Amino acid sequence: MDNLLSQPWPWYVAGPLIGLMVPALLLLTGQMFGLSSSFRHLNALCSPRTQIEYLKEDDWRREAWNLFLVGGILVGSFLATRFLGAGVPLLPQESGTGPGLLSLFAGGVLVGFGTRYADGCTSGHSITGLATLNWPSLVATCSFFAGGLAVVWPAFWLSR
Amino acid sequence: MKNLYALLLGVFFGVVLVKSEVCSWFRIQRMFRFEEAHMYLVICAAVAVGALSVLLLRRLRPRTAQGEPIEIRKKVFTKGTVLGGLLFGMGWAVTGACPGPIYAQLGSGAYQAVATFAGAFAGAYLYAWLRPRLPH
Repeated sequence: MDNLLSQPWPWYVAGPLIGLMVPALLLLTGQMFGLSSSFRHLNALCSPRTQIEYLKEDDWRREAWNLFLVGGILVGSFLATRFLGAGVPLLPQESGTGPGLLSLFAGGVLVGFGTRYADGCTSGHSITGLATLNWPSLVATCSFFAGGLAVVWPAFWLSR
Repeated sequence: MKNLYALLLGVFFGVVLVKSEVCSWFRIQRMFRFEEAHMYLVICAAVAVGALSVLLLRRLRPRTAQGEPIEIRKKVFTKGTVLGGLLFGMGWAVTGACPGPIYAQLGSGAYQAVATFAGAFAGAYLYAWLRPRLPH
């Protein structure tokens, strides 16, 4: 058991567990699973006097469950790393250098901007949206992959 | 109570993200280079289980823990679905993290993810600011 837990989990364990987030969240909180809206709530929370409509309209106190959810992710990922032997590096060594951090920041801007513009990310669109057979989420998921391929392949060719 | 449930589900999800290495930059790179099926299989299995569960919820119509009927809301299509989707995909490839995994990387002690988090926070703010001027 100890050995099983400390190995990386295979897709047929991890995938179904991720899929169960959708009904679990609906049953326990009545909410649709999605994580990118946490950035909108954090924005709104940090700028109480803002004149920006998108943030003024955001009732982050009512949506606090979403912030508890991402808070839980912080705790869970800490526990898994500390006690379940998941010591593998998640980011390349070079990402800790000046240029590396700058590219993570720039990529992060694309993630924050893009997911809010698309009204969802991998959890909201690709998991929840596809699981509820919502066609705009299929368009979104294809766009995510097209964007990713457009970055990875030119970089791959240039590096060869 | 609702917030406590959300917190506990977050803890569970954080463990799964780390243990399945879905929040690993290397896994995301190998996915986009078609070198490894792991990510595709995880996503497909998640969607299959999610879809089956939603089907059951629609049939059985249980109430939530708060005693309310379950309402499955739909996201609408806008130009942002494609344009924002493309931009997010690019960011996902660069950072190796979508929003959930940003928090998972932070929690697991990958300190560089602070840069990704700061970027995503700024990016979301930029969207909020530019929203009236963007095509939707």
